[in-house]
Amino acid sequence: MIYLQIAILGLVVAGGTMVALSRKISGQPIIVSVFGLILSLMFMVFQAPDVALSQIVVGAVGLPLMILLAIAKLRRDEQMLRRKRESDSGKERE
Amino acid sequence: MRRSWRMLLFFAGAAGIVCLFTLAAEPISQPRDVRNRYATAIISETFSQRNITDAVSAVNFDFRGFDTVGEEFILFVSVLGSLVLLRMVEDRKGKVLRDALEPWRDVGPSDAIRLWILAMIAPKVTFGIYIVTHGQLTPGGGFQGGVILATAALILYLGEGFTVFRDVISHPATEIVEGAGALGFVVIGMLAWVWGQPFLTNVLPLGKAHELTSGGTMALISISTGLEVAAGFILLLYAFLQENLSPVEET
Amino acid sequence: MEPALSYAAYAAAIWLFLIGLYGVVKSRHLVNLCLSLTVVQSSTYVLLTIIGYRPGLPAPIFTDGLKPGSAAVDPIVQALMLTDVVVEATVVALLLAITIKVHRDAGTADPDKVDMMRG
Repeated sequence: MIYLQIAILGLVVAGGTMVALSRKISGQPIIVSVFGLILSLMFMVFQAPDVALSQIVVGAVGLPLMILLAIAKLRRDEQMLRRKRESDSGKERE
Repeated sequence: MRRSWRMLLFFAGAAGIVCLFTLAAEPISQPRDVRNRYATAIISETFSQRNITDAVSAVNFDFRGFDTVGEEFILFVSVLGSLVLLRMVEDRKGKVLRDALEPWRDVGPSDAIRLWILAMIAPKVTFGIYIVTHGQLTPGGGFQGGVILATAALILYLGEGFTVFRDVISHPATEIVEGAGALGFVVIGMLAWVWGQPFLTNVLPLGKAHELTSGGTMALISISTGLEVAAGFILLLYAFLQENLSPVEET
Repeated sequence: MEPALSYAAYAAAIWLFLIGLYGVVKSRHLVNLCLSLTVVQSSTYVLLTIIGYRPGLPAPIFTDGLKPGSAAVDPIVQALMLTDVVVEATVVALLLAITIKVHRDAGTADPDKVDMMRG
């Protein structure tokens, strides 16, 4: 049991490091969702089934979806801004 | 602040935290430890005083219910704040909206898949209600069940697209439920005043152990929390989904 | 054997806390910043879990099989985490909404380039 617990603590550390250090925005929802699953595994092996349940539902559905939608929105805004800047610079050249 | 200065400050602070933490670290306490008295008291009182079997729910909704009121209002306020911020961004009145995520779905889900997805809503809602109402017996309670109920609404979006989702969800009832859930907790807490007891005292009959009606006010508080969490998450998802709509270009 | 477990968990907690802060300091995008904050948050989960853990004892749920009132894992810290996991998700949603607003107003999501105070 104790080896399993230490192994899962190692997984939690690895997952947290990935979330904090990854720079690519588009992969973030998947990494966050995997990290949430690892955390719920940790709660499970440390005898906290209540917390594991709430971490599963939040980490698997709620959080990644909101991040995904926010990223989609940011990307659309980015495109809109770029189009606006291009048309502005085009006007100045004229 | 310049980047290098910021890094220097971070590493100085990190070194300090590591030093203090190393000094403070001590192995886990044993069950008979003095530091463990509070936990031991709660474990031994949960069943004998409250007739319920899940000690975690007992702490959450009864013994330390006042903390949970605070937590619930953090949830309420942050949902409110997100909605205000997202609705402030642009005024969409009178515009025809189209799902910007739709063009990637060049072929919509087939009828068989749609039927399958929709058929999953009922079991999901049932499971959510089960988790909410059995909080005092098995792992679960208002917080977990609420999120499960919210994902049932999301399945509707997966199967039928945004228009149907909006028609079902944008009913004022969602917002009313969100407010009523937060209010319900406080009202149940104030119920104790009628008996001349302090706020959030468990005044209702405790019922029989191992049954759904056990726990007195705990079951009611769990249900009102579940309603609030479910409505809050649905409103958040709705607001974020609506951000990804674009007005139809006139052709 | 058991002290080894608790020291390992303390080390994991402090590592998560520091790596999350490092992510906040180094972040080039506000979404990265918000998610690094969730890592800092999860370090408190690791710490609270190990504080409440009692080696060899079961979870504090007294259904059939476990006699009511017998020794179990600390339920108080679990109740703390339980509410926090759900509340944290909505707080992150609030941060993401602020990110969308800042990006809309300042034209960038890089925390170093956002300078709305300069007019």
